[in-house]
Amino acid sequence: MSKSDANVLRLEHITMQFGGVVAVNDFSMEVNQGEIVALIGPNGAGKTTAFNVITGVYEPTNGIVYFNGKPIVENYPRGKMKKLYQGDSALIYDKVLSQTPDKITKLGIARTFQNIRLFRKMTVFENVLIARHLRSRANFMSATLRLNAAEERANREKTLELLKLVGLDANKDDLATSLPYGKQRRLEIARALATEPTLLLLDEPAAGMNPQETLDLAGFIREIKDRFQLTIFVIEHHMDLVMEISDRIYVLDFGRMIASGTPIEIQTNQHVIDAYLGVQED
Amino acid sequence: MTKKKDLIFALVLLAAAVCLVAVLDRILPQTGIVMTVLKKGCIYSLVAVSMNLLNGFTGLFSLGQAGFMLIGGYTYAILTIPAADRASVYQYFDGGIVQFSIPFWAGLVCAGIVSAAFAWLIGLPVLRLKSDYLAIATLGFAEIVRAFFQWDTLGPLTNGSNMLRKYPSFTTLMFPFVVAAICIALIVLLINSSFGRAFKAIRDDEVAAEAMGINLAHHKRMSFCISSFFAGVGGALLAMYQTTIQAQAFKSNMTYEILLIVVIGGLGSVTGSVLATFLFYAASEWWLRFLDSPLMIGDWQVPLLRSGFRKVVFSVVIMLIVLFARQGIMGDHEISLSGLMKLFRRKRKEASANEQV
Ligand SMILES: Nc1ncnc2c1ncn2[C@@H]1O[C@H](COP(=O)(O)OP(=O)(O)OP(=O)(O)O)[C@@H](O)[C@H]1O
Ligand SMILES: [Mg+2]
Repeated sequence: MSKSDANVLRLEHITMQFGGVVAVNDFSMEVNQGEIVALIGPNGAGKTTAFNVITGVYEPTNGIVYFNGKPIVENYPRGKMKKLYQGDSALIYDKVLSQTPDKITKLGIARTFQNIRLFRKMTVFENVLIARHLRSRANFMSATLRLNAAEERANREKTLELLKLVGLDANKDDLATSLPYGKQRRLEIARALATEPTLLLLDEPAAGMNPQETLDLAGFIREIKDRFQLTIFVIEHHMDLVMEISDRIYVLDFGRMIASGTPIEIQTNQHVIDAYLGVQED
Repeated sequence: MTKKKDLIFALVLLAAAVCLVAVLDRILPQTGIVMTVLKKGCIYSLVAVSMNLLNGFTGLFSLGQAGFMLIGGYTYAILTIPAADRASVYQYFDGGIVQFSIPFWAGLVCAGIVSAAFAWLIGLPVLRLKSDYLAIATLGFAEIVRAFFQWDTLGPLTNGSNMLRKYPSFTTLMFPFVVAAICIALIVLLINSSFGRAFKAIRDDEVAAEAMGINLAHHKRMSFCISSFFAGVGGALLAMYQTTIQAQAFKSNMTYEILLIVVIGGLGSVTGSVLATFLFYAASEWWLRFLDSPLMIGDWQVPLLRSGFRKVVFSVVIMLIVLFARQGIMGDHEISLSGLMKLFRRKRKEASANEQV
């Protein structure tokens, strides 16, 4: 497949099974360079689980994840799962590849969390500064003895720049958790950007935002995409936002992909209307 | 700006403390009660801060401190006993197997290194455990170490259950003060570096820390080893202070005492730990001493005052602190010039606000 070279992210037959619960079932998809792709679906459809598989939080039961053409996660049903496995995929991978989330972040995949996970006892500034740590070349001795002062200074400048970009520079010395919800979400995005990703995963970035903030968010996502040459994969429930920003959309329902395509195709897809959009209009 | 001022303030304070210590060394009897409190205060400050690095700043609930102090103390003693004195110290073990001796400063460094090496080894399996399990495992480790060092088969190295003595010790307050101050300064520098921030991130949210690229296993192990390094140095200082060392004294009680100090001072506050250490030893060794001796007023004997009553009162005070001031003295704040100024300004504002009403 020559086309796969353009894929920033590709999932093949990803199945994630917790005991008897199949949270994601045989999900294959791809995100191309420079795209904004959305993942939608009703509550409990398995969207966050898919993110957790990509970022190394969970080891999938079966399937493979490629990042820039290289496998970063790979597994087949083993041990207890050999018997319990309920996925459809006939494809059996014979290799196990699992990496801790920090390794995957280092490769250039950053994420935000659906239920905000900021560092509670730290300021807004420190929250972003921490995400610079993985690109630092200092060891604990040189850091203790302040031999990395130049690097530190550069990191602080970069942090301030990011905070300005997301409009939080005025709050930089506030405790992260003292911010209103919408700003906390922006802070999470700034923190993710500080790891210098090429692929950004956003898990419901508009949740808890008011209509005005949601509207601003659309412009903001486009802005950071252009500025940092990102590829963006976003989970979102606000349909207006999804339809406005996405190039393509995947729809999950009970762990299965029931549709994929452009926003217009999705809006007119009968499966989607039945499973998801229809339900919302009740 | 404020940072620079804070640093200058801290340095001035430190210089003043050095002068004070030098004066005290001249005017106070070296074995008096005040000196005991101050020397113990210095030594345990270091141990408490090292425990805080782990429990307060990295969020790892570990109870191995006494074990690492023991390792440090023994390492120091074993390596620094003068060769000429070994025959008399190791009288039951033909003078022991170590037949050289290194200077005291090298002994202190080795105490830290050996302690850290043990931490590195047990860190592999133990640090995968979560909260309570980690506490149990490290506590178990400390108890095993205590038994291990008393084991007769290791006698030629550890002198079995007999004590080690005749190694170099100190007499002045200046010595433990300077060593503890240097070590605590290094810990503070670490905490405020990018690695310290990573530790705090792990404490606040492991999942988010990992997602931000912080290698959990690596950083936890590092915090564990560094904490143990300084606990080892603290153990060596304690050995020096006592002039003899015996493994059986390093019971888990010791760890609980240090944990108590850390909690009283505030998890995540270095200055809190230091302050709490001095208060703790001043109260337990000095201010509450009178409770232990029967007191007669005329013919009437004051009730309750007798040997051991001090411990009762002390425990009640501790319980009250833990019940009603769970944040400890300092919470997770530090004493600094800017902090004091803020407090002062707030007081003044309140005062002027009251006047206007
Ligand atoms: N660690 C886990 N252990 C067991 N079951 C899990 C686990 N994580 C997720 N699940 C289950 O997987 C299913 C999918 O959950 P997931 O959080 O991925 O849904 P979602 O699409 O993100 O939903 P929402 O829109 O509510 O965020 C749910 O049934 C959930 O209970
Ligand atoms: Mg979700």
